[in-house]
Amino acid sequence: MLYRSHVMVCGGTGCTSSGSDEVAERFIEEIKKAGLDKEILVVRTGCFGLCELGPVVVVYPEGVFYSRVKPEYVPEIVEEHLLKGRPVRKYIYGESLEEKAIKPLEETPFFRKQRRIALRNCGVINPEDIREAIAFDGYKALAKVLTEMTPEQVIEEVKKSGLRGRGGGGFPTGVKWEFAYKQKETPKYVVCNADEGDPGAFMDRSILEGDPHSVLEAMAIAGYAIGANHGYIYVRAEYPLAVKRLKIAIQQAREYGLLGKDIFGTGFDFDIEIRLGAGAFVCGEETALLNSIMGKRGEPRPRPPFPAVKGVWGKPTIINNVETFANIPPIILNGGEWFASIGTEKSKGTKVFALTGKVNNTGLIEVPMGTTLREIIYEIGGGIPGGKKFKAVQIGGPSGGCIPAELLDTPIDYDSLTSAGAMMGSGGLVVMDEDTCMVNVAKFFLEFTVDESCGKCAPCRIGTKRMLELLDKITSGKGEEGDIEKLEELAKTIKATALCGLGQTAPNPVLSTLRYFRHEYEAHIKEKRCPAGVCTALLSFVIDPEKCKACGICAKNCPVGAIFGKPKTPYVIDQEKCIKCGTCIDKCPFGAIYKK
Amino acid sequence: MQGMKEASLEEKLVEKFGKDKVEKFKKSIEDYREIPGSLIAVMNDAQEIFGYLPIEVQLFISQEMKVPLTEIFGISTFYSRFTLKPSGKYKINLCMGTACYVRGAAMLLEKIKEKLGIEVGETTEDGKFSLEPTRCLGACALAPVMMINGEVFGRLTPNDVDEILKKFE
Ligand SMILES: Cc1cc2nc3c(=O)[nH]c(=O)nc-3n(C[C@H](O)[C@H](O)[C@H](O)COP(=O)(O)O)c2cc1C
Ligand code: FES
Repeated sequence: MLYRSHVMVCGGTGCTSSGSDEVAERFIEEIKKAGLDKEILVVRTGCFGLCELGPVVVVYPEGVFYSRVKPEYVPEIVEEHLLKGRPVRKYIYGESLEEKAIKPLEETPFFRKQRRIALRNCGVINPEDIREAIAFDGYKALAKVLTEMTPEQVIEEVKKSGLRGRGGGGFPTGVKWEFAYKQKETPKYVVCNADEGDPGAFMDRSILEGDPHSVLEAMAIAGYAIGANHGYIYVRAEYPLAVKRLKIAIQQAREYGLLGKDIFGTGFDFDIEIRLGAGAFVCGEETALLNSIMGKRGEPRPRPPFPAVKGVWGKPTIINNVETFANIPPIILNGGEWFASIGTEKSKGTKVFALTGKVNNTGLIEVPMGTTLREIIYEIGGGIPGGKKFKAVQIGGPSGGCIPAELLDTPIDYDSLTSAGAMMGSGGLVVMDEDTCMVNVAKFFLEFTVDESCGKCAPCRIGTKRMLELLDKITSGKGEEGDIEKLEELAKTIKATALCGLGQTAPNPVLSTLRYFRHEYEAHIKEKRCPAGVCTALLSFVIDPEKCKACGICAKNCPVGAIFGKPKTPYVIDQEKCIKCGTCIDKCPFGAIYKK
Repeated sequence: MQGMKEASLEEKLVEKFGKDKVEKFKKSIEDYREIPGSLIAVMNDAQEIFGYLPIEVQLFISQEMKVPLTEIFGISTFYSRFTLKPSGKYKINLCMGTACYVRGAAMLLEKIKEKLGIEVGETTEDGKFSLEPTRCLGACALAPVMMINGEVFGRLTPNDVDEILKKFE
């Protein structure tokens, strides 16, 4: 059936959390009431990217973008826009409003510099309906591969594209496939790493939720290329929506004969099984992941042998990340050269990032490699909220590092990031402003690694703990001369001797903050001062009796009841009770409260 | 002999958790029994159905899946999703991921701890709330975020805590 208009309501995790389910239901109800249900279709899509402004609704063919939509707005949008053709300006995303016109979504600052390859269908199709995926070229690359190409040609095309792994390591994908292809042992396996352990990252999740078929298709292509008939997707159990959509997608693909036996009548069999993780960061590491797939404790093992030689059940296996796979179908359809024409010399194509933290437009973005951090944070991200100053951006998660303001013009590619002391990682970009304490950030990541260290090797198990103790000491005001050097010493040893990538990269957040923000460490140690005003042991909140007008607003807003006073006399803060949340500072109309 | 022992363990489970839950779990075991390496999937189901993995449940899995108890215990303590103690009626999952941390999750944590009088990993005396921080709920754009029994609350400030907890009282 042909519809004159489509109302796309985002059904990603971000928008669902801000209430998009009710908005979609309301649209369906009101459209029906207006008798438009034969002309207008409501579609639940995957993530559009602008999660900050969720729930997000886009009306096509015009491409009008409504943001932070509440169910109450819906009747008016249906009445005015859908029935009478007059978009309701007051609910439209401000950036797309011009005096006399409304810019289509693609021309707003958030989208202009983006290029969507891995995310091509996210926000465009209903991920729970395979027919929509097929209408947008889904499984066309698989058909091409099975009917027109040899495995060698597939591998050659992927090699030509220059695609490197998006899961963190950046290993050339084509080379990995070729390695597995050459193994004589059978059966072989294809594994998709959807563990996404970096806290603060949701790229892989958004792809699985928004376009699961692209991953299934790519896994089948990989299976054909290396000679495997079985695939596993290893997903975190914390991603229930992604798991649900994957299950639906696999079921539908089987019904359509796109997975299972004799695909496209070519004699090629391929099927996929889902394996759930159970909350262990180290399971994202490939050898640990293999153990977990086999139902064991997810402990890593030394490499070699690499999984391409000995993987699942001891057989040749390739492991690729979700986003890596999502790039494969377009590479097959448009050719490796096309993909290689995007990006920089050594980093081809695009990269998806989860842009979060102290930035205006938080959300999911995809940009060509080589885009600078400044473009991402200030143009796409719309800068720092509240007129605050940018301090650093953390990239690469617990294995990565911070990049300071001086290096904002660094182009994003594997090599420039590594030489700046960070790493591409999986693509979490957390923006930090002047209110973030870099020593505390380092401590935050160390706490994470100490928690997540699997305990198999001593440098990681004990060494990271020692580092954390030192950081604890520094942030609680007990730091001493020589502590920084001890940290550096420990970092070096752990990097050199830990068994797996988790331990080897665990010191990175400390090393990179020391490299760019050493003065903050020194202020904590020598002056017993936290320059950002974060480390609670080093500061207290006080009310200036001169400025206090005894209005009582601070006391009313204090979440823990730590402020006392009577009318006409200045209020005081009980330092024992105060949790230093800063609410009173924000609320005081007279600027009478300060940190010291 | 073997048959009798099995029955008694199952009976204990039925007594503790009710017949429905045990039947549901037995069905899940049937689904997975033949699939190699599906132990973790079975344990995930057990965690979901029973809410935690007490020793009886571990013994039952060991018996049914023919895996030594030590291995099951090793797995239950390795993965953070498995818990050996029951949690409260309402499970508060406060996100402690990077994005939430940068936007002030630590303050929320303080506030919740003070409000409920419990520490991380504990349950209130009346068995109502338990506090279990998690790493990233994937709604980072709405940071700071928490989830109570599956319902997500975003863009929080310490002052929102009272009102939200009231909803569950
Ligand atoms: C501690 C640790 C955690 C990791 N976590 C992930 C992860 O969550 N997702 C992922 O795709 N790769 C992760 N990796 C990288 C994998 O080991 C592996 O390199 C990757 O899945 C290969 O796929 P790619 O070549 O497509 O990137 C992690 C590595 C380490 C050392
Ligand atoms: S860091 Fe909290 S939801 Fe991702």
